[in-house]
Amino acid sequence: MAFAYTPGLRVANHTVVRKERRLPLAGKTLVVAGDSVTADTIVAKTDLPGNVKMVNIANVLGLPPGDIPELLFVKEGESIKEDHVLGQTRGFFGLFKNTVRSPIEGTFESYNRITGQAVLREPPIPVAIDAYVRGTVTEVLENEGVIVESNATFVQGIFGVGGETRGELKVLTDGPADELTGDLIDESCRGKVLLGGSFVSYTTLNKAIATGVKAIIVGGFDDKDLKEFLGYELGVAITGHEKKGITLVLTEGFGRMNMASVTFNLLKSREGLLASVNGATQIRAGVMRPELVIPVDEAEKEKSSDKPAGAMDIGSNVRCIRAPYFGKLGMVEALPAELQVLDSEAKVRVLDVKFDNGEIVTVPRANVELIEE
Amino acid sequence: MAVASKEITRIMATDCGSTTTKAILIEKKDGEYRLIRRGEAPTTVEAPAEDVTKGVLNAVGEIEDLELRKFLKSGEDGVLVSPDSADGVDIYMSTSSAGGGLQMTVAGVVKSMTGASAQRAALGAGAIVMDIIASNDGRLPHEKVADIRRLRPDMILLSGGIDGGTIDHVIELAEVIKAADPKPRFGVGYKLPIIYAGNKNARGEVKKELGEQAELKIVDNLRPVLERENLGPARDIIHEIFMEHVMAQAPGYTRLMNWAGHYVDGSWKQVPIMPTPGAVGKLIETVAKNENIEVMGVDIGGATTDVFSVFGNEGETVFNRTVSANLGMSYSVSNVFASAGYDNVMRWVPFHMDEADLRNRIRNKMIRPTTIPQMLKELIVEQAIAREALRLALVQHKELATGLKGVAQERTIGDAFEQTQSGATLVNMMTLDLLIGSGGVLSHAPRRSQAALMVIDAFLPEGITMLAVDSIFMMPQLGVLSEVLPEAATEVFDKDCLIRLGTCVAPVGVNRKAAVLAEVRITKQDGSSIELRIEPGKMHVEPLVAGEKVNAVITPAKNLDVGNGPGNEWTGELEGGVVGLIFDGRGRPFVLPEDDARRIEKLQEWSKALDIYPERFIDLEGGE
Repeated sequence: MAFAYTPGLRVANHTVVRKERRLPLAGKTLVVAGDSVTADTIVAKTDLPGNVKMVNIANVLGLPPGDIPELLFVKEGESIKEDHVLGQTRGFFGLFKNTVRSPIEGTFESYNRITGQAVLREPPIPVAIDAYVRGTVTEVLENEGVIVESNATFVQGIFGVGGETRGELKVLTDGPADELTGDLIDESCRGKVLLGGSFVSYTTLNKAIATGVKAIIVGGFDDKDLKEFLGYELGVAITGHEKKGITLVLTEGFGRMNMASVTFNLLKSREGLLASVNGATQIRAGVMRPELVIPVDEAEKEKSSDKPAGAMDIGSNVRCIRAPYFGKLGMVEALPAELQVLDSEAKVRVLDVKFDNGEIVTVPRANVELIEE
Repeated sequence: MAVASKEITRIMATDCGSTTTKAILIEKKDGEYRLIRRGEAPTTVEAPAEDVTKGVLNAVGEIEDLELRKFLKSGEDGVLVSPDSADGVDIYMSTSSAGGGLQMTVAGVVKSMTGASAQRAALGAGAIVMDIIASNDGRLPHEKVADIRRLRPDMILLSGGIDGGTIDHVIELAEVIKAADPKPRFGVGYKLPIIYAGNKNARGEVKKELGEQAELKIVDNLRPVLERENLGPARDIIHEIFMEHVMAQAPGYTRLMNWAGHYVDGSWKQVPIMPTPGAVGKLIETVAKNENIEVMGVDIGGATTDVFSVFGNEGETVFNRTVSANLGMSYSVSNVFASAGYDNVMRWVPFHMDEADLRNRIRNKMIRPTTIPQMLKELIVEQAIAREALRLALVQHKELATGLKGVAQERTIGDAFEQTQSGATLVNMMTLDLLIGSGGVLSHAPRRSQAALMVIDAFLPEGITMLAVDSIFMMPQLGVLSEVLPEAATEVFDKDCLIRLGTCVAPVGVNRKAAVLAEVRITKQDGSSIELRIEPGKMHVEPLVAGEKVNAVITPAKNLDVGNGPGNEWTGELEGGVVGLIFDGRGRPFVLPEDDARRIEKLQEWSKALDIYPERFIDLEGGE
């Protein structure tokens, strides 16, 4: 086997980024193929069915469910206001009437003669989807959404918190090994996407939120801080829905970790451009990693590569992703076929990695990731 | 589906797990099927590959490298199935859990009765049950609606009411589902599949409520009478929908489906991809049946941990499977930590460790789930987490593997004082004969004694229990193989898969005054005998190789039980294994010392007794 497949994160200077912008339910698309869009352009919209309120009318009126329909003042499908009388008992000689009123504004959807339950539905919730990145609509998915393509710089992170946002990219640290500290954040950071180096603390993150920063991109973050930040212990790594007022993207992992210089330098070269950021991470089947998409004007074509995606061979650039070399970058020196015994006594497939300082170490193949350019 | 086994002598089988794809090569040589080689590679559902078949190519490619033969088609377009050539194999088959599993919501009228039956049906079919909706679950209707919407299950199983029983409550549940109008996670255009397996008299009404809006399938009631479950029809339809809707969402799955198969009379015949838990469950059931014993199996994966058990209940054997959806060693590792808590994980680590450091290590494993511990310290931490994942999975299994609740019991006047309830757990660690561990962290533990101690610490077997591990994590492949070539599956399972670790002897009960928990007299086959004592708080291993048996007389102290009741002598055969006979005097119930220094001292003592780590592990707190 000339190469091995291994997971990796993309760090691409120029590439065509294809974004599917899909509605949660069928709706209407508002653009056509060929349209140029900005990140803010609304490309599709729909109405989600409103929330449901169930009222057991038979219980409220104290009558068998089958007796209710003739006492109802509303028909199925009819609009209702809050406090609207839905039904009333006849009472004794017109007195002591029991009344049931609507707790919501919306529609009287249905009444069930067996259970006595009425389904009331609140007004529809409008949902609109924007283009997220500047680019061109290349495909319309009838009633569902669109595909937007953009020539962009594209960087994947390893873990993120918070959903889609965008802002002008601003570099805050001198290099990839420096911490993004609170004193670096001032009013000029409002509305910006900040690029830091190795680490950001919870305190600094809070200052960024208070200052109105849109997103922070750094190498590492402490898990203890993550718990504080989220307000709970994250169990399964599915994120993106948090409403924290900021999106955080980690490029390397947890702890204090220098950002890969290739990532830092590339992003630094894009300072001042509009970056679309999404912290959504899903480490499950159908894996989703956080990302930065920075549309660029140069219509430079994507560099074609002979290697299949994910293929690693001698000379490939890799990042070690587990102790004791966690975070170190190097080049594949050898891919021996024989299993080797590790410090843990496990016998596994390994590879030799040569670091920049010339040191060659042996690590399990499972413990490196490709740096895809 | 059975085919003439004489035609097939070379078999390639893969299991695409959530973390790792495992390939095994089995060949028939000198009249018997044996495992020849295995290969593994990270599962490739992640970018950049985003194609499950890449992991298969990698894993099979590893076997190619090691065997110096061709097993892949040119251009890497699949596994080479070529009965007439010296290269390739005669059949290729696969199991998969890489679709993220099947996520279901189930509904029943009474949570502990039809709700629990629906849950068992879904679990038995290989699903992850995200929510159980019941008339008595304490939520208001609109809260149930909100929960169904939020969870977005792949399908819903609606049951409720015995045949001829309540209709109102069933319709109420159907109304809730209708109001929620849930949409499948994948594909905007599809209708959500809903299975109705409740009171047959409510079918018409359920159809009226849900028929138009959902892909409604109606099958026989899963609880036709209170005293009996009929889970088969519901399970079958779940499985059918799973294959059609959910598995097909795993990237590359359609290609994999086309690869799996063999030639019958010159024409290509596909072998269906089997969900991993279904395949393992089938194998465990077969073992229990063939040997007529009570068996429990656990498969600890990257995302989920499955527990399977076969226990006796009123003269019948009952098979149960539970899946702990968010307990696992890679994708779910952080959830194990969140569920068990820092203290519970740390109590198994035999050295001091900084909390922040531990937390970051666990998180980094979560975000890069396919990595493996290179350093001993990391291995020890992973094995500590594994103990907690296994322990929590067993707790969940005990809760679900119960007799039927709500069944009227005949009681004598004497029973009236005992107040035993119907629906008690069927899991009895004292009567359990065989405990099998599977999954990367157990099968690939560098020393087999590590797997033994992990299983003992987590499951706390009682009395006399044989412990075993799946040698190289191949039970899923053998499960699917048993569908096609049962003879080959049994042969390889006995000879190459099941590694007997040895018998664990653990006295149960409390006797604080006893200086010795039990006296043991062992007589070997050559007539020589040994006497030893099980002392409180100690562990001891007596070497006895796999396959060898000794006669033993075990005399427990007062109030202590090793299988024949408190204080009663036990006589019988003990079987050895790669670890030996393990005498566990740490007590049941088992309690670790609260004092930190004392706890570490005891952990180190037990580790040494079972020789689970190299001596240098004591110095590990100094760093890597």
